[in-house]
Amino acid sequence: MSDIMSLGFGNTVPVVEHPDTGKPGRGPLARRRRRLTAFRVAVFVVMGVFFFTPILAMFEFTTRGTGLGAPRTLASWRAIFDYPDLITAIQVSLELAAITSAAGLFLLVPTMVWVRLRLPRLQRVIEFLCLLPLTVPAIVLVVGLAPVYAWVTYFFGSSTLTLAFAYVVLVLPYTYRVIDAGLRGIDVQTLSEAARSLGAGWPTVMWRIIAPNIRSALLNAALLSVALVLGEFTIASLLSFQNLQVAINFLGRANAGVSIAVALASLFFAFILLVALSFVGRRRSAPVHEEE
Amino acid sequence: MTQSMTDAAVGPGAASGQGVEVRLEDLRREYGPVIALDGLSLTMAPGEMVALLGPSGCGKTSALRLVAGLEEADAGRIVVGGHDVTSLSANKRGMGMVFQAYSLFPHMTARQNVAFGLRLRGVKDSDRKRRAGDMLELVGLSAQADRFAHQMSGGQQQRVALARALAIQPQVLLLDEPLSALDAKVRVQLRDEIRRIQLEVGTTTLFVTHDQEEALAIADRVGVMRAGRLEQLASPTDVYARPASAFVAEFVGLTNKISGPVQGGRVQVLGTSVAIVGTAVPDGPATAMVRPEAIVLTTDDGAGGDAPGELGTVLAVSFLGAISRITITLPNGGSVIAQLPTSVAAEFPAGSSVRVSVRPDPVPVAPADSPS
Ligand SMILES: Nc1ncnc2c1ncn2[C@@H]1O[C@H](COP(=O)(O)OP(=O)(O)OP(=O)(O)O)[C@@H](O)[C@H]1O
Ligand SMILES: [Mg+2]
Repeated sequence: MSDIMSLGFGNTVPVVEHPDTGKPGRGPLARRRRRLTAFRVAVFVVMGVFFFTPILAMFEFTTRGTGLGAPRTLASWRAIFDYPDLITAIQVSLELAAITSAAGLFLLVPTMVWVRLRLPRLQRVIEFLCLLPLTVPAIVLVVGLAPVYAWVTYFFGSSTLTLAFAYVVLVLPYTYRVIDAGLRGIDVQTLSEAARSLGAGWPTVMWRIIAPNIRSALLNAALLSVALVLGEFTIASLLSFQNLQVAINFLGRANAGVSIAVALASLFFAFILLVALSFVGRRRSAPVHEEE
Repeated sequence: MTQSMTDAAVGPGAASGQGVEVRLEDLRREYGPVIALDGLSLTMAPGEMVALLGPSGCGKTSALRLVAGLEEADAGRIVVGGHDVTSLSANKRGMGMVFQAYSLFPHMTARQNVAFGLRLRGVKDSDRKRRAGDMLELVGLSAQADRFAHQMSGGQQQRVALARALAIQPQVLLLDEPLSALDAKVRVQLRDEIRRIQLEVGTTTLFVTHDQEEALAIADRVGVMRAGRLEQLASPTDVYARPASAFVAEFVGLTNKISGPVQGGRVQVLGTSVAIVGTAVPDGPATAMVRPEAIVLTTDDGAGGDAPGELGTVLAVSFLGAISRITITLPNGGSVIAQLPTSVAAEFPAGSSVRVSVRPDPVPVAPADSPS
């Protein structure tokens, strides 16, 4: 709760908060804390090794020279730019990620708020509908989507960006969960009624009252969407669209080094995004810590 | 609360002028099978503060939400200052509302909260700041202007909410149990302050509460509600001293239910013939509603005889400071509570025998086996 409370745009007031951690002390309590810290470090290291070994292996692979004993080279990385199809695919995937996360939020947030306020009985139904894509394997989804895309192509042309329709559905379960948790953290009804009685119309309520108070949920939902879209292969491939993963896969047959380099780059991109977003989400509470 | 009254001339009251008349006409509202409002009619004079009082579920909140436009009426009209606002949406009604739940926008400071309504009205930045500052001063929170909701106490939050509601110079101020989440001491303090501010700004105010003391203490008139209707609308003293019905008598203040026969428009209570207020009751057995302070006790000197009243035994005396409450059991098994100045109550220790009668003030009467 306090995390949500501390989000927003106004000026931050310096607050003296009571630090909940006492001074480093002696005795059994301190020993227990040290043991806990050691445990945490151990877990962190093990997980780190688990995650980073394959990544390091990928990096090692992309810097191998051709032939035995050849020196390390960044040729594969430089070669990324020699494949215009790949560049286009990267561009398209980034666009898809942006469109999907924006469209998902614009669709979901007002709907969920509205249902909460006006049709609380429909809440279960909406939840069921939103979680449904989770239970349907992508392959099966494509079988259903193929005829739909005949129509989508008819109306919107054959641009790869039309994949956004499928992706909005695909990310629905995740964004729903995150936004639901965010909305649970605030008193949507009272806040929106207070805003309305002060003269705010529904768009103002959504934009100026609800959104700022579930900001971290919105950021998380957007991030999840981006990560999912950047990593999506099955639907794009089966509907014969060329997105990043399809391009990487295709390239992998011609030049494994470059394809791994791109995969690594996209991983890295998602990682940077994650760090950036968590940094943005935490910015507000920073002055409080400085105060201590 | 060192807020000075001298700045009343530059306060919001000066700008908003006087309050407007508010009329609720035959409002109906049903939730499925539940009838929340069953033809509620109520006229508030300009600048008046009316408290709606009633048991839980009687429709107080529903009435307020209908006036605010947060809920639609099934039938009936709401007329504010001569304009029918029944079909206007909440954001167009210009009503200030303070909610029972804490409702400050968590991502804004107190000042930004207060300025929010002004911002929506396109008030210039500098004016907005000044007005918000004025309003915060009015509620005595200038020093907390830059705090967020989670950095303020419940009472402070409700004060900011009040300032926020008043900042838009509302035609009507609506308060839905704004004090019920606060502890007793703050509650009393803040309710007096709400009244002071309301008198200062002169806004017509509808105040919902289930706390009778609160209603009687600050309102110009008190409306006692029962099952979606107004049972009585009168000044606090009238509601207390001349309740229109047995329900009102029982709901407002402590009441003795004493059975006695009705004959010719008067009721016989403990040997005294008393006039009946409110609805007429047919002759026959009935129950009279008598306030504890209308019970008269005299020491039983054994002479008795022609003095009115019945003999009873003091069961217990509870000391409440300046006054004391004495519980007396009657020979027929019933009990009566009397309220006396503590100095007088000393004459009637527990276990002593007393003569119990009533002052001949008019009382409300319920037919004998009515549940209320
Ligand atoms: N949204 C709703 N859906 C269904 N029933 C409702 C709704 N709102 C109110 N009611 C019903 O309408 C009746 C009146 O409710 P209301 O909230 O106006 O009572 P109240 O006098 O404010 O009570 P309290 O003192 O407990 O706040 C109650 O029986 C309540 O159950
Ligand atoms: Mg209520």
